[in-house]
Amino acid sequence: MKVTIDGITVDVEPGTSILNAARQIGGDIVPPAMCYYSKLQGSGGKCRTCLVKVTKGSEKDPRPMPKLVASCRTGVMDGMEVQNITSPEVVEARKGVVEMLLINHPLDCPVCDQAGECHLQDLGFEHGAAKTRYEFDRRTFEKIDIGDKIQLHMTRCILCYRCVFTADQITNTRLHGILNRGDHSEISTYISKAVDNDFSGNVIDVCPVGALTDKTFRFKNRVWFTKPVEAHRDCDKCCGKVTLWYKGEDVIRVTGRKDVYGEVEEFICNTCRFDKKKTADWVIEGPRKVSHHSVISANHYEFTPLPVVKTNPVLIEANKEQFERETRL
Amino acid sequence: MGRKLLLEHINVPGINTFDVYRSKGGYASVEKALKMTPEEIVEEVKKSGLRGRGGAGFPTGMKWSFLAKPEGVPRYLVCNGDESEPGTFKDRYLMTHIPHLLIEGMIVSSFALGANTSYIYLRGEMMPQVRILERAIAEAKAKGFLGKNILGTGYDLELYVQPGGGAYICGEETALLESLEGKRGNPRIKPPFPAIAGLYGCPTVVNNVESIAAVVPIINEGGDEYAKIGIGRSTGTKLISAGGNLKKPGVYEIELGLPVEEFIYSDEYCGGIANGKRLKAVVAGGSSVPILPANLILKTINNEARLMSYESLSDGGFVSGTMLGSGGFIAYDEDACIVRNTWNFARFYHHESCGQCSPCREGTGWMEKVLHRLEYGHGKMSDMDLLVDVSKKIEGNTICPLGDAAAWPVASAIRHFRDEFEWHVTNASEATSRNYGLAHYADPLKVVETSPL
Repeated sequence: MKVTIDGITVDVEPGTSILNAARQIGGDIVPPAMCYYSKLQGSGGKCRTCLVKVTKGSEKDPRPMPKLVASCRTGVMDGMEVQNITSPEVVEARKGVVEMLLINHPLDCPVCDQAGECHLQDLGFEHGAAKTRYEFDRRTFEKIDIGDKIQLHMTRCILCYRCVFTADQITNTRLHGILNRGDHSEISTYISKAVDNDFSGNVIDVCPVGALTDKTFRFKNRVWFTKPVEAHRDCDKCCGKVTLWYKGEDVIRVTGRKDVYGEVEEFICNTCRFDKKKTADWVIEGPRKVSHHSVISANHYEFTPLPVVKTNPVLIEANKEQFERETRL
Repeated sequence: MGRKLLLEHINVPGINTFDVYRSKGGYASVEKALKMTPEEIVEEVKKSGLRGRGGAGFPTGMKWSFLAKPEGVPRYLVCNGDESEPGTFKDRYLMTHIPHLLIEGMIVSSFALGANTSYIYLRGEMMPQVRILERAIAEAKAKGFLGKNILGTGYDLELYVQPGGGAYICGEETALLESLEGKRGNPRIKPPFPAIAGLYGCPTVVNNVESIAAVVPIINEGGDEYAKIGIGRSTGTKLISAGGNLKKPGVYEIELGLPVEEFIYSDEYCGGIANGKRLKAVVAGGSSVPILPANLILKTINNEARLMSYESLSDGGFVSGTMLGSGGFIAYDEDACIVRNTWNFARFYHHESCGQCSPCREGTGWMEKVLHRLEYGHGKMSDMDLLVDVSKKIEGNTICPLGDAAAWPVASAIRHFRDEFEWHVTNASEATSRNYGLAHYADPLKVVETSPL
């Protein structure tokens, strides 16, 4: 199936969502997604940051869709044409959504452990306004401990439901859900029942903001001062493939391996995550490559050269001129 | 005197019992329908031009014909009795006083759709109606109109009444299905539509109580006969729940196409505004439709009389029109404060937003807070623009129509009553002690100059 997103055509399998088609193209035209998580069934459609405009429904039925659609939950049709960053309407709507997501967010990034790998931070930086128009008290909640290793800070939550789907699908029992309604709804472990399960730690990895944090890592360090290293071990519960986050000699955190969209490649168990914090427990594979857009890559002195369009004669000429100028000096 | 199709025998004592209802010609449509084929019934409903009475006004016959019919998969009919729109109380009235009409409609509709199990989903607050309907179902079952082999035709139908938890959002069809399945009432992301994958993943039709009741006269008299009532594409009769500052509020059955002025002022219907006051504004179809000032509700922008019909009420679009919606007709007299009323509606939507998608969850609360500030005299001149902007950011960007429903009343109130909002800012101390009054809201409309060409 052929689908055109912002003028770039890509061939995808039937049943692919617009978001995943855009991810196959990559780059700036990928809509941001706060609630969609490709590994979790049924996720997506809630945060509305991935809204896109469908200007042509399909080859058969070329009518445009009347409203902006959530790209993560809309399947592509053959010949579909989609506008993301090229549509002012989409950009405007996305700005609105980001503003809405931020009005009840405490913006306590300086003391938040998620800072540096927070999707909301990136989203606000890329699409948000510099100032807020919201002049009222933000909603606040008490911090809740979910078991002895995870802390829930609902004040920061954007209600993406990812952790609810994780608890539903990765773990055996359903102990985790949403209470109440509207902007007073909250993530709950059904009346403070601890999520006591081998895979419960994954809710930390799927959380796009700092609402669910690792208590063994809380306030230990900023993520951009740590060094991510890929490692594995023989684990009878999970795949055992993780990222170790080093501070000097010490492993201060263990997480799943996150890709460029912040999604873990495979879920890991709590033993790997919380209990194996010595280098001796692991077989080191090498440094973890983190996208150079991420603040985690800052000061890591690794860079990918900018792409040069080799077939463009104007660019080649310009590059040659610049090279000559620099060598002369 | 307009024709009454649904409420014709409403004043007969004991019409809520099977025997009295049957003696007044009840259940005749079941006898007639079971001799027809399901396709013929759907065709008849299509011909009648019946439009969904729950608010959106989507043609019922068309909705039925979209129902997927895969082999070996059960189909369901769900009756949406989660009526919770502020200002609308027609379904509750119908179910309380003439429950057999709904059950009769359910039997005919279920037969037309090939459903062997049907549900009537009621709002949690309607416990008396649950008991009334359950009693009526038991009566109908005892007489052989429900259960196995209805009237010896070999058609089986089980009808269940399911009370919900009392959430407004469960009136949205997919949230209703989630709630009916026993889950949290969050609207589903469409597509797939319920006609393809609805209740328990099976093809499902969700219809309003009044739509299903209207199937009874359609089958009795024929679709063509029903289509003669009304005006244009708004056919048949409609129940209007008239409320607010009216002399005779209540549920009225009108033929669509009745002038709004006649509906408000004639003695047959509402009898005018209570206490001899003047009309200031009208919400014509339940709280989620745009509010209109008195001059625009009585006359369209082209100075034609506005009629109670889907087309005439929406004449002028969002600029100068509104919608028929679910028929919750709320009239405000000159002593009503539009700011306070808008705040009240916003408070309702803030409370009822399910919290699933961000624009609605956060935006409804934001609008409510700004309106609260305006009403209590702490507003700013920029608040009106802020409200319009926030409502625009919500509208159309949400999973379900609740976002639109929350945005429209606020946006329209500011569009038509901006000077009243501004007065709340400039005369803040006065605004807390007295109301703005009628001002120019009932003045005759300026006739638009027409081109000689």
